[in-house]
Amino acid sequence: MFRVIEGDIIYNKLVHVITKANFELPKDVEDALLEAYNIENNENARIVLDILIKNAKIAKEKRIPICQDCGMVIAFVEIGDKVCIKGNLNDLINRAVSEVYKKNYLRPSVVKDPLKRINTQDNTPAIVHYEIKTGDKLRFYILIKGFGSENASIVKSLIPTITEDELISEIVNHVKNHGPNACPPLLVGIGIGGTLEKAALLSKKATLRPLKEKNNDPYWAKMEEKLLKEINELNIGPGGLGGKTTALGVHIEVFPVHIAGFTLAINMQCSAIRHGWFEI
Amino acid sequence: MKFKKINLPNEINELKSLKVGEWLLLDGPIYSARDQACKLLVDLIKERKDIPLELKNSLIYHMGPSPAPPGKASGSAGPTTSKRMDPFVPWLLSQGIVGFIGKGKRDKETEMYFKKYKGVYLVTVGGAGAYLGDKIKKMEVFAFHELGPEAIYYLEVEDFPAMVAIDSEGNSFWK
Repeated sequence: MFRVIEGDIIYNKLVHVITKANFELPKDVEDALLEAYNIENNENARIVLDILIKNAKIAKEKRIPICQDCGMVIAFVEIGDKVCIKGNLNDLINRAVSEVYKKNYLRPSVVKDPLKRINTQDNTPAIVHYEIKTGDKLRFYILIKGFGSENASIVKSLIPTITEDELISEIVNHVKNHGPNACPPLLVGIGIGGTLEKAALLSKKATLRPLKEKNNDPYWAKMEEKLLKEINELNIGPGGLGGKTTALGVHIEVFPVHIAGFTLAINMQCSAIRHGWFEI
Repeated sequence: MKFKKINLPNEINELKSLKVGEWLLLDGPIYSARDQACKLLVDLIKERKDIPLELKNSLIYHMGPSPAPPGKASGSAGPTTSKRMDPFVPWLLSQGIVGFIGKGKRDKETEMYFKKYKGVYLVTVGGAGAYLGDKIKKMEVFAFHELGPEAIYYLEVEDFPAMVAIDSEGNSFWK
């Protein structure tokens, strides 16, 4: 037996979540900024965090986008194998993005061709990833991704004999070199394993996890903790102007890999962590 | 921390005497220019053609705003990563631009140009577009209209916060 889901229901939920993400910082992020403000004694860090906390308040109350870079919209869609959707899901998502960006005065930041660079005017197309799950539910994770931090992200192939310490210094060095330009405090998403595109996808998915939630595997959870500590000792700080809060979190996702390989992706997420999710 | 008030355009040259790490509150007119607008300006400079704005003694903000909703002067208007504009810095400073407002580190080579041309690089807070947009009291497209959010905008700001990251002697916050 299939469960039929009407396109309109999906469209309306998408419009709501994409809009909200652009104006309202998630509670866990707002709390983390406040917590950081309270532990910082570096003056620059306190100025920057104070402004970021006020920014979230102004964005919500005055309906000004959290960041002028209203990003590219990324949708992670999990489709239950008992679900039947009435309508073309790709079209529904792009229609919702177009509607939300035009109606809410969000900046259209997408150009149709990387070299010809003509703006599409409505921030479409969205980037969509599908995954088939067991069951009769349809789940969406929406991420609004700015390119200041996306530009600071990488995928690379390391050697399979790499040690734990070498891996840690690889990641910490990347944050050291690219963190200041990615609008810290950051959420560092890390994907390890799989092929090149799999690792990249994992690193981005890692940033969807709520801030206080650790990796399920205690080994990797401990690694996340260790990385966060080392990254926060870099003194990059909020806005890159010094302090102990370079990252609010480090999230790792892992996947099996080939005997010859060790794929690493680092997806930098700026402090404007704009996401939301829903299930039908 | 004490913020130093700078009234533009009258006190524009005071920026040259400031030191790395000083925080400012800017009042007055500035222009925006990011990737494509900077590239177009530099093309015009190289071809010795007319430039649509007076670059001498100006302050350029690397920013592309979100559209202003009805009843508001500006939309969200935070800085974009300035490092991408590094190749344009010597050309623009050579025209008498006093400085840039942006975010993030610059190349070592770029830092030297600030010394050579007595220019300054100010940073403001990335990710604070709503807060900074709220400090913009007037905003209108000034040139390169066809670039949309990447056009050159004329802006009037009030209490706009920024920190000196590279001073006119080439000293850098990042050493």
